[in-house]
Amino acid sequence: MLEKIIEVKKLVKKYKKANKPAVDSITFDVKKGEFFALLGPNGAGKTTIISILTTILNKSGGEVKIVGFDIDKEADKIRKNIGIIFQNPSLDLNLTAEENIRFHALIYGLYPFRPSFSLMPEEYRREVFKLAEIIGIKKDIVKPVKTFSGGMKRKLEIVRSLIHKPKILFLDEPTSGLDPVSRRNLWKYLQDIRKRYKTTIFLTTHYLEEAEDADRILIIDRGKIVTLGTPAKIKKELIDSSIILNAKDKAALKSELDAMKLDYEGHGPFKIKLNGKNPQKIIKSIRSDLTYLDINNPKLEDAYLKLIAKGIK
Amino acid sequence: MINQITAILTIAQRDFTKLLRDRARILATFIFPFLFIGILGTSLESNLPPNIGYSFKVFVFTGVLAQTLFQSTASGIISLIEDRENDFSQEIFVSPISRYSIIIGKILGETAVSMAQGLGIIAFGLLIGIPLSLEKLTFMFPAGLMACLFGGAFGILVLSNLKSQRSANQIFPFIIFPQFFLAGVFNPIKTLPPFLHILSRVMPMTYAVDLMRGVYYANSPEKNLIVLHSISWNVLVISVFFIIFLLLGTALFIKNEKNK
Repeated sequence: MLEKIIEVKKLVKKYKKANKPAVDSITFDVKKGEFFALLGPNGAGKTTIISILTTILNKSGGEVKIVGFDIDKEADKIRKNIGIIFQNPSLDLNLTAEENIRFHALIYGLYPFRPSFSLMPEEYRREVFKLAEIIGIKKDIVKPVKTFSGGMKRKLEIVRSLIHKPKILFLDEPTSGLDPVSRRNLWKYLQDIRKRYKTTIFLTTHYLEEAEDADRILIIDRGKIVTLGTPAKIKKELIDSSIILNAKDKAALKSELDAMKLDYEGHGPFKIKLNGKNPQKIIKSIRSDLTYLDINNPKLEDAYLKLIAKGIK
Repeated sequence: MINQITAILTIAQRDFTKLLRDRARILATFIFPFLFIGILGTSLESNLPPNIGYSFKVFVFTGVLAQTLFQSTASGIISLIEDRENDFSQEIFVSPISRYSIIIGKILGETAVSMAQGLGIIAFGLLIGIPLSLEKLTFMFPAGLMACLFGGAFGILVLSNLKSQRSANQIFPFIIFPQFFLAGVFNPIKTLPPFLHILSRVMPMTYAVDLMRGVYYANSPEKNLIVLHSISWNVLVISVFFIIFLLLGTALFIKNEKNK
């Protein structure tokens, strides 16, 4: 049994001026080293949950433990052990990339205060150059952040949040506002970080393709849990994969399908529900000459959209 | 503890660095003092009867110096709101440092910024012939520092009750401008009708301005015509209210920040 690094019990958050709770009695946990994705449409309560877990917002009810510390009593200890990438960039645009990193390193108490880069300990200077190299901004490290592109800013934030070696890295929709290329790059980089530092990753997103790589996905909608599980499990739960077949001799094909006791619809073409069965095995055992064959294996995205649409109804 | 000191210095340094990179702000901070001392002070001095017993230019100079230090620190503190809107405050607020360290760092940073502006005003004062001996300057320095710190604590209290940069921009002038006149920055307030007298004596800026004049005119014959209270009384009032504003403002600010 893996150690639980995040424990959330019956978490409730009701904003002062709201009629309904934004988070309505949610219970889940995240295991050490896990890549955990919190998925939901806009307004589902993702940012509220991540703000509570990262100690910047008070909860209205329930219990939360992060790295074994109680969120009400030991917020300082939690803060030391987590890193956060916010939805909106939280860099100081007036400072250079290095100054932003130094600011972070100093307020996390990693080094004693020094007024300039050259006076900082050798260890820090080496670390900064190493990190800058990894994300490919070595040349720009002394430039003001306002000259950076959206993708570079994100990477800089990730580097900054890793400098105090957090046990959990929280990312609140980290790729929002990035173009597809930057998004993919950032993603690769994150996976790399995960392997390198064995950091637990807690991610919120409304892009399903980003969640598909997670160990587990928690889907929420309007403050409530819709489902929780591995992508495979959620897929199985949500998706009806099927094969579509047709033959010249429809009657023969129909009797073959009946004989195999398959669950199908239509009178040719036939839509056969797989229900976890291997499509190759089905096709192999069919004798009729097929005139049409298609495998319908919807992506998790389709299932997700369907699920959210169901909720909206 | 060392971590908290490091954090305070880091936050303070950031504010000072920001000032150095913002040329427009540096210019803007000098325009008003120069207008007030250079034009208002000089023109009043030239047109008032010479028998009022003291130089009006010097009177306005000492007032504007203290007022700039107080006000600049207070409005600098309000930039915490700007940070909140730019989301930089999230970076500070999720860090494992005490909320008091954040506020103290901010006050020290803005104090450093204001003191730099104060130097500019002093230089301007020398240029237009304000008598400033080394001895006077030595005593004006701690008085200026107190004006800054007091302004900073006052800023925190104002900030803790504001929701956005917009409301700050709208409300701040209403809180600051009456103090200009009630604290006697450009106008003598030695004798006032009872109602104005009370208002004047409850304005925090009054004590910052009076302390500055108290040390400037310490051994001058004009002292009794200008200075309201003793130095020790001003220091006492400023110290007590500094602590009250700081504690109350910080507590309110933290409460409003987390309970949404």
